[in-house]
Amino acid sequence: MPSISQPIADATPAFELKGRMLTLSVLRPLITDHNQLAAQLDARMASMPELFRHLPVVLDLEAVRGQPLALAELVDCLRQRGLIPVGVRAGDEADEAAAVAAGLGVIQLGAEPTRRPEPAREPPPNAGLVITQPVRSGQQIYARDGDLVVLASVSPGAEVLADGHIHVYGTLRGRALAGVQGNSNARIFCQNLEAELISIAGVYRISENIQETGRGRPVQIFLDGEALRVQSL
Amino acid sequence: MARIIVVTSGKGGVGKTTTSAAFAAGLAKAGHKTVVIDFDVGLRNLDLVMGCERRVVYDFVNVINGDANLNQALIKDKRLDNLYILPASQTRDKEALTQEGVGRVLEELAESFEYIICDSPAGIERGALMAAYYADDAIIVANPEVSSVRDSDRIIGILGSKTRRAERNEEPVALKLLLTRYAPSRVQKGEMLSVDDICEILAIELLGVIPESKAVLAASNAGIPVILDTESDAGQAYEDAVARYLGEDRPHRFLSEKKGFFGRLFGS
Repeated sequence: MPSISQPIADATPAFELKGRMLTLSVLRPLITDHNQLAAQLDARMASMPELFRHLPVVLDLEAVRGQPLALAELVDCLRQRGLIPVGVRAGDEADEAAAVAAGLGVIQLGAEPTRRPEPAREPPPNAGLVITQPVRSGQQIYARDGDLVVLASVSPGAEVLADGHIHVYGTLRGRALAGVQGNSNARIFCQNLEAELISIAGVYRISENIQETGRGRPVQIFLDGEALRVQSL
Repeated sequence: MARIIVVTSGKGGVGKTTTSAAFAAGLAKAGHKTVVIDFDVGLRNLDLVMGCERRVVYDFVNVINGDANLNQALIKDKRLDNLYILPASQTRDKEALTQEGVGRVLEELAESFEYIICDSPAGIERGALMAAYYADDAIIVANPEVSSVRDSDRIIGILGSKTRRAERNEEPVALKLLLTRYAPSRVQKGEMLSVDDICEILAIELLGVIPESKAVLAASNAGIPVILDTESDAGQAYEDAVARYLGEDRPHRFLSEKKGFFGRLFGS
């Protein structure tokens, strides 16, 4: 004789548990005073009582979030009017605890305000890379995403690169490449131009082709349309 | 605590070994116990310039490998009591220089010497890197010509990044420039770079300017550090440089053409 506690191996499934998308009515309290809310609700229901009978509703508390709300009283007054509150969403912790105590579920929807990530902060403005020592032959210095400032000289055989401008407050004898990611507004400034090569956004000029008028003096170098221009400062 | 000085240049033939020998002899002459090590494994030369080539038994690589101890390998100079030479091996190559082995030998030398001079080979490969790695001070030897100046610039960059001081983020290696083979008349004609041009490019402290001099070759061939030839201008210039290294303030001589005998006697 089978006992009641004995597991039934070949029993037919008693239930299925499935996720379903359902359309539910959402009641969104805009004030916390449930008496006032009930009065307005009564007025609305008077015109079409059948529509509201046994209507499951979800309480969306987003508008009154953080304000003291007597959730149990609100639920009672809805039930008295034939509505069936089934859950709350977007409440704070106190609301959620009160909802569970009142026999309601807590509904999590995507993009809940509590789980919204901090708005991505703007990256701090790039102050650039400042080099105080001479840049020696064979060294390469690249200022990614910003300007490069060299307070000393750049030796022949050295290479300085920047996504932004390049400033050299000594003599520029090596190679200088500004706007290497393609920024054609980047410029090169130097106290004394003796460079092996200058380039802005890929447009370059080698030492041989830098006119004598630009050499040995403070200049800025920039792109004028498609052409590199060397201008005295 | 011993001070480790590397004599380096990047370029070959500019006078590293001459300078190492002269500096070692100068420091010893000034009363400091000094050892000079030849790092040019496979191309040994320091022993010739120091005049001790016939007394080499064991060498630097033997000591690194533990085949000999330091006392067996160190050669005492016959002229100066405070001066010792650690010669390079001629039969090995630079791969025999391990960072750990070099460090061990330098540590042991530091116990009994005030100054350790490392005569670097040319280039920027293993031998030069090992000679420079443990340095406290660096004497950059350059000639007044563009290729030498560029190579010096390169080696200065390496001293700033690949030495123990750089790796440990300690105070950087103290850089001192020594210009050799300087001929003021050729500078005036524009055939050579001037001291000012070179100092502007390299931007390091100027330790001394050694004039182009027949005395240097003569001393090398005779196996006598040129600093011991006190009559010669090169010898005197090295002596000034050593004195400056030791903290003395001496004006730079030999930057212009030699004066006549009386000019030198009575001139400033």
